[in-house]
Amino acid sequence: MTSATQTIEHKRIYEISPSRKLAMGIAELLIALVILFGFVLNSAPGTLTRFVMTPGGIDVGTMGDWIIPTRSTLIALLIITTAIGIYQLIRGFGRATNGMIGLCGLFLIFGFLTWQAGGTSVNLAGMLASAVLLAVPITLGAFSGVLSERAGVVNIAIEGMMLMGSMFGALIGSITNSTWIGLLAAILSGMLLSLLHAVLSIKYKINQIISGTVINIFSAGMTAFISQKYLQTNQALNNPPLFPRIPIPGLANIPLLGPILFNTNVFVYLMFILLVVIQVALFSTRWGLRLRSVGEHPRAADTLGIDVIKTRYVAVILSGLVAGLAGGFFTLGSVGRFNEGMTAGKGFIGLAAMIFGNWRPLGAIGAGFLFGFADAIGSKLSLLGSVIPPQIMAMAPYVITMIVLAGFIGKGDMPAADGEPYDKE
Amino acid sequence: MKREPKKLEEAGNVLLQEVNEPGDEHSAPKRSLWNVIAIPVLAIVTGLIIGAILIAATSTTVYAAFGESFGQGLSTALNEISTAYQALFTGSIGDPGRIISALGSGDERAIRSAFNPFLESLVQATPYIFAGLAVALGFRSGLFNIGVEGQLFIGAACATFVGYAITGLPTIIHMPLAFLAGALGGALWGFIPGLLKATTGGHEVINTIMMNWIAFRLTEWLLSGPMNRPGAAGMPISPLIEESAQIPQFFQTPIRFHLGFFIALGVAWLVWWLLFKTKWGLNLRTVGANPRAAKYAGLNVAKSYMLGMAISGALAGMAGGVQILAVNRSMALGLSSGYGFDSIALALIGNNHPLGVVLASILFGTLRNGATRMMVVSRIPIDIVDVLQAIILMFVAAPAIIRGIYRLRKPKHEEETVFVSGWGGGQS
Repeated sequence: MTSATQTIEHKRIYEISPSRKLAMGIAELLIALVILFGFVLNSAPGTLTRFVMTPGGIDVGTMGDWIIPTRSTLIALLIITTAIGIYQLIRGFGRATNGMIGLCGLFLIFGFLTWQAGGTSVNLAGMLASAVLLAVPITLGAFSGVLSERAGVVNIAIEGMMLMGSMFGALIGSITNSTWIGLLAAILSGMLLSLLHAVLSIKYKINQIISGTVINIFSAGMTAFISQKYLQTNQALNNPPLFPRIPIPGLANIPLLGPILFNTNVFVYLMFILLVVIQVALFSTRWGLRLRSVGEHPRAADTLGIDVIKTRYVAVILSGLVAGLAGGFFTLGSVGRFNEGMTAGKGFIGLAAMIFGNWRPLGAIGAGFLFGFADAIGSKLSLLGSVIPPQIMAMAPYVITMIVLAGFIGKGDMPAADGEPYDKE
Repeated sequence: MKREPKKLEEAGNVLLQEVNEPGDEHSAPKRSLWNVIAIPVLAIVTGLIIGAILIAATSTTVYAAFGESFGQGLSTALNEISTAYQALFTGSIGDPGRIISALGSGDERAIRSAFNPFLESLVQATPYIFAGLAVALGFRSGLFNIGVEGQLFIGAACATFVGYAITGLPTIIHMPLAFLAGALGGALWGFIPGLLKATTGGHEVINTIMMNWIAFRLTEWLLSGPMNRPGAAGMPISPLIEESAQIPQFFQTPIRFHLGFFIALGVAWLVWWLLFKTKWGLNLRTVGANPRAAKYAGLNVAKSYMLGMAISGALAGMAGGVQILAVNRSMALGLSSGYGFDSIALALIGNNHPLGVVLASILFGTLRNGATRMMVVSRIPIDIVDVLQAIILMFVAAPAIIRGIYRLRKPKHEEETVFVSGWGGGQS
């Protein structure tokens, strides 16, 4: 199978289009302008910002507060962002372009926090901890997308699979009073829906986006139907147990990182385990090579004896498994009950994270954290009594998604046969 | 884009028309009516059968009856289903007995109220027509507009604002003005993803979904902030629109049948004319069918995408506008019950043709209206309509399943109308 191997392992030349280079440079300079006019010029000299570095309710891995001068910090951020923007316009960062716009976004957020909390304090660690939790469904959604799209099947039904997973997780979790059986039900319901997606898009070759839409409408209707028929009339059916916070011995005592990453929800650990598993399976095993070859050039893969249809079925069903798991997070890992439409577009943002993360697990988790952080900021700031209305802050993840996607699609490592049904002649 | 020599462009257009419309009215033999409607009709019938199974399977009385004996269970199940579907029918079309006796009595009020269920179905169908046209026009232009919901919200907000903020205008000016404001708002909301697709290649599927969420948050803020009704005590609701901005209803309350339905029919005709009888429409469809070939023929693909998304958004905005101006008369958050996703099903069931969309919309309006009564009579949640719509959409999109069930033969020429595929789709 040399030729297929060569096609895939051939390192793509990473090109950033001139318009994207320009757009990103301008975006970075705009961020610098916001930092200058929004924060630097609006801050009084001599004020201090206090960041609390231990999330609330934690007694291991504590850390002292971090106090910084407000204005000097903002000026430092301004200088670095401006430098990045100018370098981007003149030379360009090439491969690092996405990372740099992400970094500037982080600076903007950090600068905003520093400015907002000038003279008072803000619990940065608590915010980071909630950002990690908010990143979980987005990252898992992105993993789900990576699995099926690497095999050439676009899966926009992740949202619907998540919703169904969260509903069945709550229902079965409540009936059995077991978090793990509830989670199993969530995963199974995601897998069943993905089987439908596979049959429709692989066997019947209907447009994969239409097939995904069918599943999204079906899930929205079905979960609302079951919820109104059973969950709302009988509260005992919508009262699942929650996964407790599990500290990892030793690691949980690390200051700052311990409370955020190692004394948290089991879903966060599962997310990291999946990161390693998917990364290794896709990029370091024979199985993964075959799966990717099906996504890149199904005809060549078929000629070399790979069962394209079977490979795609497996990939889509694994995708549903991960999406169902992500659904379980909502009811069993976060909220503790099912509400209609509770996934609120997280599945679609997960898809955007997958695209932004270049169809790679590591990139996906990075993008997932970015979106999670944007989300956490939004909810935190409404508590801080910010001048910006909470509804406007809540737009942030969606606006950021659109900005980072501009010009990116079709230029990264997208599988070449993504979205195309395979016709075995 | 550099303009190609005029002659070449024309030659390209003619060639493309030949390539893209082999099955058009003049060139191919007319397909029989049954060939056109067989799949949608059988899809709807099959959807209703599956819905019936769902009704029986989620009914506790049916399980109790099956516990006694099989025959008892079966008859209870059939009974439940017929009660539910009877309610669906009388709630959406009307009670035949009542209609006949009302007609016999000659009492005008009785006749009106006997026909009200059907008129109410048309009221429900009105925003569907606009929303379905929006998606259909998008598909024809090679665009998958999942953002109808957001465009509808923004359109509604704009129509509401013009409806209450401007006072002292005569109806003949104020009403069209408010309606057009809705169309403009939707057009703007649709234009943004179109612009992003045309200039940066950002896929409209993700971008329109993101625009949906931004629209929800924006209207939430508008309704609880700048557009809040004075004295609403924190409730996110707008002031009532002026009487001069209202689209008139034909009869006294509770009959809500209004002029908007006929406006919708007019707009449907306009969309048909635009798509199939003008050069603009030909350009849109040519780009939609094959952007690469269209580019070589000298068409401006970027412009076509922007125009397509803007018109699609405008139609969606009209859906929001008509609902506000004719029915709700003020805007609250629960404006839409998922028109955005339903409209995708409408466009596909209607084969992306304006007439098909109108018929499919009347069907969906009827279903949703009847489901309200079904909820009252049989306590079946109204969301069963979404489940039915998903199933119908699935069968329409995968005709092979329907042909398999009913042993139909495959037609020689099958029209392909949806051209959106992977994330690179539309990149030329």
